[in-house]
Amino acid sequence: MTAVEVAGVTKVFNAGRPDEVTALSDVDLMVAGGEFVSLIGPSGCGKSTLLRLIADLTPPTSGSISVAGDTATSARRKQEYGIAFQQAGLFEWRTVLRNVELPLELRGMSRAARRDRAREMLELVGLGDFAGHYPAQLSGGMQQRVAIARALAVSPPLLLMDEPFGALDEMTRERLQAELLSICAQTGAAVVFVTHSISEAVFLSHKVVVMSPRPGRITATIDVSLPGRDETVRQSAGYFDTITSVRKALRG
Amino acid sequence: MRRALFAIGGLLAFLLLWEGYKLVGNPDGTVLFGTRVLPRADDLSMPHVWTVLSRLGQPELAGGSPVWTVVLRACLFTLGITAAGFVAGTVVGLLLAVAMQRFVIVERGLLPYVILSQTVPLVALAPLIAGWGGTIWPAWMSVSVIAAYLAFFPVAVGMLRGLQSPGTAGVELMRSYAAGWWRTLVKLRLPASLPYLFPALRLAGAAAVVGAVVGEISTGTRGGIGRLVIEYAREATSDPAKVYTAMLGAAVLGLVVAGLVSLLELPLMRHRRRVEVATL
Repeated sequence: MTAVEVAGVTKVFNAGRPDEVTALSDVDLMVAGGEFVSLIGPSGCGKSTLLRLIADLTPPTSGSISVAGDTATSARRKQEYGIAFQQAGLFEWRTVLRNVELPLELRGMSRAARRDRAREMLELVGLGDFAGHYPAQLSGGMQQRVAIARALAVSPPLLLMDEPFGALDEMTRERLQAELLSICAQTGAAVVFVTHSISEAVFLSHKVVVMSPRPGRITATIDVSLPGRDETVRQSAGYFDTITSVRKALRG
Repeated sequence: MRRALFAIGGLLAFLLLWEGYKLVGNPDGTVLFGTRVLPRADDLSMPHVWTVLSRLGQPELAGGSPVWTVVLRACLFTLGITAAGFVAGTVVGLLLAVAMQRFVIVERGLLPYVILSQTVPLVALAPLIAGWGGTIWPAWMSVSVIAAYLAFFPVAVGMLRGLQSPGTAGVELMRSYAAGWWRTLVKLRLPASLPYLFPALRLAGAAAVVGAVVGEISTGTRGGIGRLVIEYAREATSDPAKVYTAMLGAAVLGLVVAGLVSLLELPLMRHRRRVEVATL
């Protein structure tokens, strides 16, 4: 089944004004169910815009987007995806547990059920002991993990992530990458993952989509075939070969 | 506890300044080129602190009840008026803020008039409002309406800012959850506005007290502390300490209202307490 299908999408900001910008030009993208796809490219290549279009946070100027066989708008209405941004964006007046409960609350889940589910998600990201804390009491990395737990709480078939590990240090980053992969393996969710980091894209993805700016477009799609995704992969020749080919594609 | 000590310290400093000036100041005031630059320091203009305090314990008129009971009763009367005005003003302010957040056109159209409303002199407005008293509402309520008229303003402006405070991240997150305007208001904008609301409520409390006191005077409503200040002021030449007892009452009333308003804040702002960051 197709998780995301983007066909001939163009996005123009401030159309008809002197500050008109073509953020995306004629973009096609397919993400299969359970597939992990990374979008990589320099700043201004429209990778975040593409993610926001899939999330229906902004409408395309032309072209069509379907999510789980539905239009992007009705997929959003049915909460077919979970989303995590670069900034954790937690609600400071809610405890960690109640932040994770938020999407469940909006779905009308009963108090007891959502409490259990949120606790389960916090255990998954290793923050079970911090359920009662407020976001201001946590470090940046911990806040980001709460945001990921929140995105996963509704067990969405699709996960949209906009540089979720961008603000983290290398060690935390690698640990969260491994956690994310095991979570995806458990839930079978498809992922669209925006990143600046070549090694991150290669380690996580089945497919790395390379984009270039002005106007934003897809210049290459590189399939990643690695035997497994444990720490030994990070030293394997195949891993480095793929990194090299992504780097070459980025240089154009 | 420490805050209470600081408050008492501030009060003591004021009393020392008062008595200190009485000690060194010219009883006739300091006059420079025909203009009095410093006030008179004689007992008629500035009675001793202890004179004022002891006046509180003496009867209002020969054989009447002690002054402090009269002042207290007047303060309670005005407190009632203030409370009604504060609540009405807050409700109106909140509704206006929500309407202005919801519809940009309402904000554009209404906000200038909200600001304009506070530049209309109260003394010009008071007789108009008092004219409605006894017809569509009881006479005392006219004073509450004046208090509400002053109190709604900080709430409307502060709350609007608070409702607009969540960044795009929060708003887009709510959008991704398919939450509409109402649920975004309840789950995101209202809680996010609390740090803006409470300072606004404190201002509204102070404004309501001023509105009630001035309103009593300009509408000629009997029984409140505003009226008492005027009544006692007539006796200022013969009994200067008496007018200060009424002013003291008005000041204490303001403090009580400010204290009550800040009590609202305690249960709702738990997450804002200073906390240590756990790093893991």
